Amino acid sequence: MSGAYQPKTALEFKSTSITVPALLLASNDLSTIEECLREKIAQGAEFFRESPVLIDLHRVNAAELEVDVAGLVSLLFDLNLVPISLRGGTETQNAAAVVLGLSLQAVSPSTRRAPAAVQEKVESVVKTTAEAPAEKRGEAVLKPANKLITQPVRSGQRVYSHGDLTVTATVSAGAEIMAEGNIHVYGSLRGRALAGVQGDSNCRIFCMDMQAELVSIAGIYQLRDDIPKELQHKSTQVSLDEQMLVIKEL
Amino acid sequence: MARIIVVTSGKGGVGKTTSSAAISMGLALRGHKTAIIDFDVGLRNLDLIMGCERRVVYDLVNVINGEATLNQALIKDKRCENLFILPASQTRDKDALSIEGVGKILEDLAKDYEYIVCDSPAGIERGATLAMYFADDAFVVTNPEVSSVRDSDRMLGILSSKSRRAENGEDPIKEYLLLTRYNPERVELGEMLSVEDVQEILSLQLLGIVPESKSILTASNSGMPVILDEESDAGQAYSDIVARYLGEDRPQRFIKKEKKGLLKKLFGGKS
Repeated sequence: MSGAYQPKTALEFKSTSITVPALLLASNDLSTIEECLREKIAQGAEFFRESPVLIDLHRVNAAELEVDVAGLVSLLFDLNLVPISLRGGTETQNAAAVVLGLSLQAVSPSTRRAPAAVQEKVESVVKTTAEAPAEKRGEAVLKPANKLITQPVRSGQRVYSHGDLTVTATVSAGAEIMAEGNIHVYGSLRGRALAGVQGDSNCRIFCMDMQAELVSIAGIYQLRDDIPKELQHKSTQVSLDEQMLVIKEL
Repeated sequence: MARIIVVTSGKGGVGKTTSSAAISMGLALRGHKTAIIDFDVGLRNLDLIMGCERRVVYDLVNVINGEATLNQALIKDKRCENLFILPASQTRDKDALSIEGVGKILEDLAKDYEYIVCDSPAGIERGATLAMYFADDAFVVTNPEVSSVRDSDRMLGILSSKSRRAENGEDPIKEYLLLTRYNPERVELGEMLSVEDVQEILSLQLLGIVPESKSILTASNSGMPVILDEESDAGQAYSDIVARYLGEDRPQRFIKKEKKGLLKKLFGGKS
């Protein structure tokens, strides 16, 4: 008589549905959004705690405003919301969302989707919206700027650069550094490094002491466990070749 | 203008309260009027370590809520007239704290006191963030052990971004490393992280090393800051630490295993 009951299959998918509030953004200004969200959360604290959220970018895209998807996602996490999906995004916004672990939602029939170039009024169905004061509407995200960090990036800190990112100090375990461009670490890299986060697969990661927990280029990632032991603690460069990460000594 | 020091760590049980008590007593003994505040609302320990648990009438939360004045709540230490203790509440929790309330208390204390030591609770939640918000100096207490080092690293990140100085773009909080429960024998055997290992990850100015010592337990049991036990190694380590903080140049002791002389080997030295 054998011991445990052996099921025929290890798992199965079952159809289920959950209700998720959709966050319709009308502004791309993160500090205004933060202010409005904090207010809303203060009014309905328990409802918003750890609440999954669907990010809807129809209105901002209709107004041709650029959105810092990574910054927005980070802000939502900081406010104890859990962004799970993106809707109404452009190709680059969708790519950014996917890299950050969000799924993409198809358009719902009640909101007419406007192609980014066409100005069209979008009906807001759900009550939660972030209203921007009139003078801030149309404010664009800063042009990609390369970032230089000279202080150690501590565990739990996140750094995001719209261009290249250069760190002339250590990146601690548990820290995350992200760049839309390349990443250079003139020190020990012990945390996570994500380059080309908006989809640029030509980006590279360079570091002087490879001890990274995770490296990623344009969404393709590799964990420390899978990085060859010979490369640990060496000066290395990480690049992407045909959807596969290549890690070489410098 | 008072200097506000936060004794913090992230990890629990590393020696924050022990260190806060010892260092504030050390500062007071040297003639500086010092106040020490327990921010661990609901789990207060400072009053026990300082030996004033039977004299607590009002506490930090009473003062914040306007139920008592600061002078009514502050407890004067029986051993040193320069040292005053503001205990935490035991019956409430950290939600009773507010930035404005804490800010007002520190502002009032700053008028008369030279040093205000804030004993932070463990963690990175409200009690800990409020304890460090107004700080000028931070003593990051770390054990030479992997989880403690990582938690201290996390706390350093928070100190550099969520303090009032960081938010206002002022000079950053001055961070010091306080390495406690250090056991040179185990370090030599390779079982314990060394000072260098810890510094490789944290890269902080080393304020001092406090050896693992039996005198700590004895001191807390008797409600006496360990710095008053002048013969003990831990007590002396804290004396060195206070001296270094005040600008004196003291070489680091307690890094190497103490070489026991013959008499000590025969009769057992005091640890």
